[in-house]
Amino acid sequence: MRRRDFLQGAATGALTFFFATPVGSAPIVPTRPGTYSEDFNAYLKISADGRVGCFVGKTELGQGATTVLAMLVAEELELDPAQVDMVLGDTDLCPWDMPTGGSLTMWHTAPVLRGAAAEARAVLLRMASKALGAPVSGLTLKDGAIWVKENPARRTTFGELVKGRKLERHLGKVKPKPLSECTVIGRSFPRKDALAKITGAAKYAGDLRMPGTLHACILRPPSQGLTLASADTAGAERVPGVRIVRDGALLAVLHPQPDTARKALALVKGTFEGTEPDVDDVRIYQYLVDKAAPGQRVVISRGDVAAGEKRAATVVEGEYRNAYESHATLEPHTSVAKWEEGRMTVWASTQSPFVFRDAVAEALKLGQDKVRIIAQFVGGGFGGKLVGPGAIEAARIARQVPGVPIQVAWNREEDLFLDGYRPAAVVKLRSGLDAGRGAITFWDSTVAGVSQGEAELSYEMQANRYQAPAVPGLHPLKVGAWRAPNAHTNAFARESQLDALAAKAGVDPVTLRRRLITDARLLRLLDLAVETFDWDPAPGPTGRGIGLACGAWRQGLVVAVAQVAVDRTTGQVKTERFLEAVDVGLVVNPDGARQQVEGAITQGIGQALSEEIHFKGGRILDKNFDTYLLPRFSAIPRIQVVFADNATMVTQGIGEPPVVPVAAALANAVFDATGARVTHVPFTPKRILEALKLVPSK
Amino acid sequence: MTATVSFILNGKPVTVASPADRMLVWVLRDELGLTGTKVGCEAGLCGACTVLVDFETALSCSTTLGDVAGKSVLTIEGLAHDGKLDPVQAAFQEHHAFQCGYCTSGMIMAAWAFLKKKPKATRSEIVEAMEGNLCRCGAHVRILDAVESAGKAVGGVR
Ligand code: FES
Ligand code: FES
Repeated sequence: MRRRDFLQGAATGALTFFFATPVGSAPIVPTRPGTYSEDFNAYLKISADGRVGCFVGKTELGQGATTVLAMLVAEELELDPAQVDMVLGDTDLCPWDMPTGGSLTMWHTAPVLRGAAAEARAVLLRMASKALGAPVSGLTLKDGAIWVKENPARRTTFGELVKGRKLERHLGKVKPKPLSECTVIGRSFPRKDALAKITGAAKYAGDLRMPGTLHACILRPPSQGLTLASADTAGAERVPGVRIVRDGALLAVLHPQPDTARKALALVKGTFEGTEPDVDDVRIYQYLVDKAAPGQRVVISRGDVAAGEKRAATVVEGEYRNAYESHATLEPHTSVAKWEEGRMTVWASTQSPFVFRDAVAEALKLGQDKVRIIAQFVGGGFGGKLVGPGAIEAARIARQVPGVPIQVAWNREEDLFLDGYRPAAVVKLRSGLDAGRGAITFWDSTVAGVSQGEAELSYEMQANRYQAPAVPGLHPLKVGAWRAPNAHTNAFARESQLDALAAKAGVDPVTLRRRLITDARLLRLLDLAVETFDWDPAPGPTGRGIGLACGAWRQGLVVAVAQVAVDRTTGQVKTERFLEAVDVGLVVNPDGARQQVEGAITQGIGQALSEEIHFKGGRILDKNFDTYLLPRFSAIPRIQVVFADNATMVTQGIGEPPVVPVAAALANAVFDATGARVTHVPFTPKRILEALKLVPSK
Repeated sequence: MTATVSFILNGKPVTVASPADRMLVWVLRDELGLTGTKVGCEAGLCGACTVLVDFETALSCSTTLGDVAGKSVLTIEGLAHDGKLDPVQAAFQEHHAFQCGYCTSGMIMAAWAFLKKKPKATRSEIVEAMEGNLCRCGAHVRILDAVESAGKAVGGVR
């Protein structure tokens, strides 16, 4: 069934509101030309039983989309968010949307949804006015009922109003409620997914147990860059119940029991062909620099860098690096696919139902209307589930076994091997301050591994240059978007370098930034952070172990303050306290936003201190959580979150901004504690000890 | 080799015909349809598969079916009673001590076993008790708050 047909079907006996994407909200994820603008973004359905359904093509990753989107609908329709039924991420039921990433949900989808709900309110009130014979101004709307203010006995309900009618409205003119009249927005609400998650009832893709399901385990090459050439499956085929499916280089062992399929896979002997990259986790940085060098081009250029350098009294040179890092969602990539009556349905752990749909359609040479993706509860995304190689694998296998649900659940080793990592990067920086009021006379970056995303913040710089290469296939390993891509690499370099400049010039890191910041919003946020932390900054290193960093993701601003203790014998860094002051405009669900910030700080701590993909050639050496080190409870500091009071600014996304400055704040705190400048993320105990050796003794 | 193994599951006797060396997590999820117990690493490193065997925490990815013969197994599905949440579950709900929820069953089971022994634990004792459970979303602070408050509220669990 195509969406248009479905929409027509859905409109019968219900009141359906369509709403298109607002003009002027340019998506950052490129959309296919000609598709988005003429499509609908989401819609509401008020059923004859009075329930309000809200259909959005985003997914619930744990970020709380289900709750916050329901709040927006509830606000306009005077409901409790619990009274709004959310349907997320079903490509047959929900209108096309962009992926759930880039912090787009609140910035992009939310205004549209609120507009839709506002129009629904207006239409319902008008209908009630007719039905009750009273002017709209004399009506009260609450909990799905509408009554005459003066005479509450004269009442009707959403259900009665829409019964047996077919009515469509294309949205446009109705304004949402003014903030002063809002009763839901700005208040914390219970998460709608709470009960399912604390009772174990929540269904993730791997929890689906459709009758007849076969679990598929796929033969993997030992190294990236290799593909299957030949295979001997005789051993596996002797296991009762095993079935082998082969499609090109894809070989899968199928069995009704997931553990038996996995054991049988171990009996398959494969040979592989191809070339693995000739590099490892130590040589990678020089590799990137060398490979990038011929393609370097200037992507940001303001002022005369050479002249600025001449004017500088204090010059600092720095080289900042970060390793490959995995998304390492606790739920590995999982999909269930079923081929039936010429259609492929995939129940998936996904951030991007529509991207998955199109990718599956392309891989199987099917029309998009022949593929349906149904997102399940997703056990973490962070950018890792924007793409769906596992869903494609499940679909390719399912295509060969008609009518049988095929589950592909990667194990941890596969998940670490097949992930698209946060790219490793090298940022070389030269910059200088003048002797007078400490202005930045030049700032010169040459970068390999990432692009200029969020490299600039509102710091006054007399000259600024950023060079990055346009080299396709620069990375020897597969890379992808990791929560606030590019931004944390650039912020780590920039904020570390600023700190180094401040130290060299003998000013404290806050004073230097106050002088440089040109944006009043960031300046206020800096003050809020310093005040809340109750910190009296002094030129570093002070021995107190306090460090600060600023960061941005689009219009979302963050100032982070970290306090650490460094064990000089072991090189262990203990984060004792971490504060973030955050300005994302109007905060719709304060508790939900706080959860995002707390989570981002925790992930940032892992990124800064322990997470690194180790590899040799194409072999990924990290196979599980014994060497790929996520932060555990003992690594978690006391966390404080404050939001700027900025309700007049339109809500910005909260997923990415708070992760951006974390590593930089921690590195600056390490410097303040020890005088050692750590420039390589993650700063593991070994790297801390190396940095400590470079500190000149007093 | 298929064996017939009987044990008590969430208070009720069950008998399963399955190889005795099969890991409990697959028996629970596949044979018994209890998918609240999650799989995150299959190597005893993440705690997502935590269940209780005779009221002690056990990693069901590393515990065989044979290991639980004649014992009592408690999973997340067995905590709520007569439509009432267990105090630990209620505390997790109250504190929003989860995001994606994938670690949550294991967290609740680990916390439950710990609080049963030590309802009035200090924060650092809770940290130590929960150290084997990973949460990738970063719900740690809230999980600690939830465990602390569950301990305080009821002075322990059943
Ligand atoms: S799945 Fe058992 S400890 Fe991770
Ligand atoms: S809530 Fe996602 S792993 Fe803990």
